[in-house]
Amino acid sequence: MSSLLAVDPLLEGGLFWTPLFIVLIKVLVVFVVGLVATMLMVWFERKVIAGMQNRVGPNKAGPWGLLQTLADGTKLFFKEDLIPERADRLVFRLAPYLVLAPAFLAFAIIPLGGDFRDGKGGIVTLFGHETRLQLADPPVGVLFALAISAIAVYGIMLAGWSSGSKYPLLGSVRASAQMVSYEAALGLSLAAVLLVSGTLSTAGIVDLQSSVGNWNIVATGFVPFFIFMIAATAELNRPPFDLVEAEQELVGGFNTEYSSIRFALFFLAEFMNTITMSALIVTLFFGGPQPISIGNTTLDIPLLPNALEGTVWLLLKVLVFLYIYVWFRATLPRFRYDQLMDLGWRILIPASLGWFMLLAAQRVGRDAGWDQAVVTLSTAIVLIVGYVLLQLAYKVSRANREKDGASF
Amino acid sequence: MELFVFVVAAAMVLGGALGVITRSNPVHAALSLVLTLFGIAVMFVSHDAQFLAAVQVIVYAGAIVVLFLFVIMLLGVDRTEDVNIEPITVQRPLALIVSAGVIGIVIAAVVTSRDLLGRKVGGLDETTLGSPDANIRQVAREIFGNNVFAFELTSVLLLVAVIGTVLMARRVKSGGAGK
Repeated sequence: MSSLLAVDPLLEGGLFWTPLFIVLIKVLVVFVVGLVATMLMVWFERKVIAGMQNRVGPNKAGPWGLLQTLADGTKLFFKEDLIPERADRLVFRLAPYLVLAPAFLAFAIIPLGGDFRDGKGGIVTLFGHETRLQLADPPVGVLFALAISAIAVYGIMLAGWSSGSKYPLLGSVRASAQMVSYEAALGLSLAAVLLVSGTLSTAGIVDLQSSVGNWNIVATGFVPFFIFMIAATAELNRPPFDLVEAEQELVGGFNTEYSSIRFALFFLAEFMNTITMSALIVTLFFGGPQPISIGNTTLDIPLLPNALEGTVWLLLKVLVFLYIYVWFRATLPRFRYDQLMDLGWRILIPASLGWFMLLAAQRVGRDAGWDQAVVTLSTAIVLIVGYVLLQLAYKVSRANREKDGASF
Repeated sequence: MELFVFVVAAAMVLGGALGVITRSNPVHAALSLVLTLFGIAVMFVSHDAQFLAAVQVIVYAGAIVVLFLFVIMLLGVDRTEDVNIEPITVQRPLALIVSAGVIGIVIAAVVTSRDLLGRKVGGLDETTLGSPDANIRQVAREIFGNNVFAFELTSVLLLVAVIGTVLMARRVKSGGAGK
């Protein structure tokens, strides 16, 4: 039964009051940090985009407009809450929560700090109990994040369907197709990380990335990171993949019929997901809360205990990715729907599959003691032959379609 | 605790299953199916099979039922059906007989092999459960080691199914006359 409650050292040997208290505090901290971070993220995004577009951005509420999101949230609370006449009332009410819950749940497995140096594995001592600075470390680890992102489709899909109107339905059908398509690429590039790390646990994955040379982005050879980044952007429905809420085509997308606090929940979940995904990217590819160290030199923040320093490093690394996401939004135009599907199915999935096979071959070669160069070269040749065959297949099918009279 | 988890998960599974057959709206029925699948995932976790639970959620709840919903929405069959109209008149009595038969077989199987119920036959090696990755290692050894032949055959079967679907979905035109 103890394994039901994950492998956190805190929870071994029965439940007593102190561990329960620590877990409750962790839940509360993760929840509150999530909410506040989301609030700041909305402000950050608006401010950065404003800067990139030569505007001022929010500057009235609070210093530098920091409280703008709070003001907007309060306004949304007091707005009239509408339910369309043709809506499926139960599902319509349920959908915002189905979007919000996964956004918060995925945050539970991110290591938020802790000392990973000198083989301590991120374990800290709180009130005389050993624990990790992360809400849960389930045995399935990263697969939990994948499961959550699989579940997140439901909220958007049902929100669009239950509105009982055309544009939201179109938006949600697009959304589900897009999210299911990119989930494959996301999972395959994640598998590359798991192959290199040899463990599913997020704390374990962080533990192995002790210096920049060991970071998974280097260890997996950069390609899985870029695929993961693109697929994650598509999973988040953020620009340039925000076809779900393409205003020019769909009025507002799946959330057209939502107003007041229900709309606010969608909004909240979207930004929360961006933060969670950035934190996941940092955890998987950039060493999470590990300090930046090259060779034997470690950048150390003085006067701060190592466990808290991890939190600072995580925050800095996540901020970089949040900035990149905002940057994407400010610079890249939206994809056309067929381009989106082509990118997902014809480029990202074959590329991530091929790269995964290359990594697996190298791994097998290392275990069997073969020459790495020969293994890499022969795998690359096989992959190139496969790529050429795939392109030929596309060409033949295109020719056939054109013969049948299709115009695309 | 274990009993409590079992009761809650069983309630989820059975409630969801009842929902699938009683809800007249296809989308509601599909959502009930999700509830059932989650209940099964909880059962897996309570039996230390966390990997299976995750796969259950990712594959069944995250992909298959999403595709069900996708098809329901795309085809526009998401309206409440009148279940009193019967297109094929024999199917209800037939269904009654078949389900009674299945229940009978399950009960008979349980009664005849009730001595085996408490005993452990194969399954998870509990001595390695301390390691967080014990689950995935054991599943991998089982599938890619002991049963690799069956695994490869299954993959061929799936490939055949995919190719068959593509062939069936393609409209075959004679002589490329075009439309």
